[in-house]
Amino acid sequence: MRQKGIRARIRGLAPALLVAVVFIGGWELGVHALGIREFILPPPSSILAEFGEELQIFLGASGESILFSAARATLWSAVGGFVIGCGAGILTALVTSRWTIISEATMPFAIAANSVPIIAFAPIMNNWFGITNPASKMAIVAVIVFFPAMINTVRGLTLVDQGQLELMASWAASPARVLRSLRIPNALPFIFSALRVASSLSVIGAVVSEFFGGPRATLGVYITQEASGFNFASAWAAILMASLIGISFYVVVLLLERWLMPWQASLRDGG
Amino acid sequence: MTSAVIAAGQINKVFNPASEERVVALQDINLEVQPGEFISLIGPSGCGKSTLLRLIADLIEPSTGELQVNGKTPHQARIDRDYGMVFQAATLLEWRSVRKNIELPLEIHGIRRRERRDKAQAALELVELGSFGDHWPWQLSGGMQQRVAIARALVFQPSLLLMDEPFGALDEFTRERMNMELLRIWRETETTVLFVTHSIPEAIFLSSRVVVMSPRPGRITALVDVDLPRPRKFETRSWPRFHEQVAEVRELLRDAHVE
Repeated sequence: MRQKGIRARIRGLAPALLVAVVFIGGWELGVHALGIREFILPPPSSILAEFGEELQIFLGASGESILFSAARATLWSAVGGFVIGCGAGILTALVTSRWTIISEATMPFAIAANSVPIIAFAPIMNNWFGITNPASKMAIVAVIVFFPAMINTVRGLTLVDQGQLELMASWAASPARVLRSLRIPNALPFIFSALRVASSLSVIGAVVSEFFGGPRATLGVYITQEASGFNFASAWAAILMASLIGISFYVVVLLLERWLMPWQASLRDGG
Repeated sequence: MTSAVIAAGQINKVFNPASEERVVALQDINLEVQPGEFISLIGPSGCGKSTLLRLIADLIEPSTGELQVNGKTPHQARIDRDYGMVFQAATLLEWRSVRKNIELPLEIHGIRRRERRDKAQAALELVELGSFGDHWPWQLSGGMQQRVAIARALVFQPSLLLMDEPFGALDEFTRERMNMELLRIWRETETTVLFVTHSIPEAIFLSSRVVVMSPRPGRITALVDVDLPRPRKFETRSWPRFHEQVAEVRELLRDAHVE
């Protein structure tokens, strides 16, 4: 309920900022002091310089930044796959949880499928959808995030307090009402923990599936080509870009979670 | 037809009747509860007191026997919202504010927003939490959460209040205060209360009648009329007659166990 002061917030962030400064500073100094060659590890300054150049091209009117086009394409694959996969996973869970028998029969397979390295199917997807078709990347991402989304949703819908179910029964609530007023809100924390994991997985899935081939303007292809062309600073700039996408995606999901579950947000801030 | 709130005749309840884990939870239960009574069910674990409460609430069905609530089948009584229920855990929905928790049964029943708000507010005021409607459940102490659960159970103004060890998880001071609160609410609402407890002093302090039960198989072994005058006060617990009746019930529970 109570708002923390800005000063207190900054003080809370200070240790993390300190670690970041020490890490990046140590990296920069270490590379120069030990004379590490650029193809092993470029210093942060040249990665940032490279990133800055691309950013200027992107913001300016002249020419097109391949890095930013690549970022857009990869982000599109990741987000598209995330929405399709998580949507399908949650929907499947909602449908199967209506009939306990089906969810009990499918859960072991879902859990088994969840431990399969789905990324290994990337070349197959390239054959199915065409190597330059973004659908091949989206499909991989969708399959990767489908299982955690489905498994967690089923758990959240079924791990309901017995007393709350009895109360619902005592009020003669219909099954649809129990789903809406009890099971779905109960599942929200489970769903969001899956979505947070899925947000990171989807960016990883998109980039790695692009390693197996795709259009030039995707981060995975960009990284492989720049690295094999000895443009290590550009390759690292693309890695930085992929990281930024992954982190932003995670933060967006986190904000959505706080917005949709105010009781939990206030629990954290007040406690 | 009788005017009894609860009329149970020769009730038997057997769990897993066909298997090896067959349990006779209740045997030959006969009980009649009149309007306005405060009845406690007391007995050791496994004596079927919670099972009896769930039968009356129509959350489970008896194996054999006749059971009527307000002269109707328990099913009809449940559909008509004739009873409210309180458990040991407050079982509030953490994603709903205190007010929204109390409104939920009304919402399920399709009552309009305005009326819901008014009734919820009245119920909150009854349990003296009038200004806590907009709090989240986690912001309330255990005793306050349990009061919200009581408000929720009373929001339909039911003729019967079923309580399954509602104060079992509270510390003794809070519990004694809650006992006083409950007696006040009982007096104000003129609701019939069926109260399951493990505590002999609590049963004697609250009740007009105490139903003593024994386990394996669960059955009623004695009915004790509590003749302490009302209104009962804090000092009631130190009266000699209070201690006599506590001792009486304790004896009965011991006899039931020895046998």
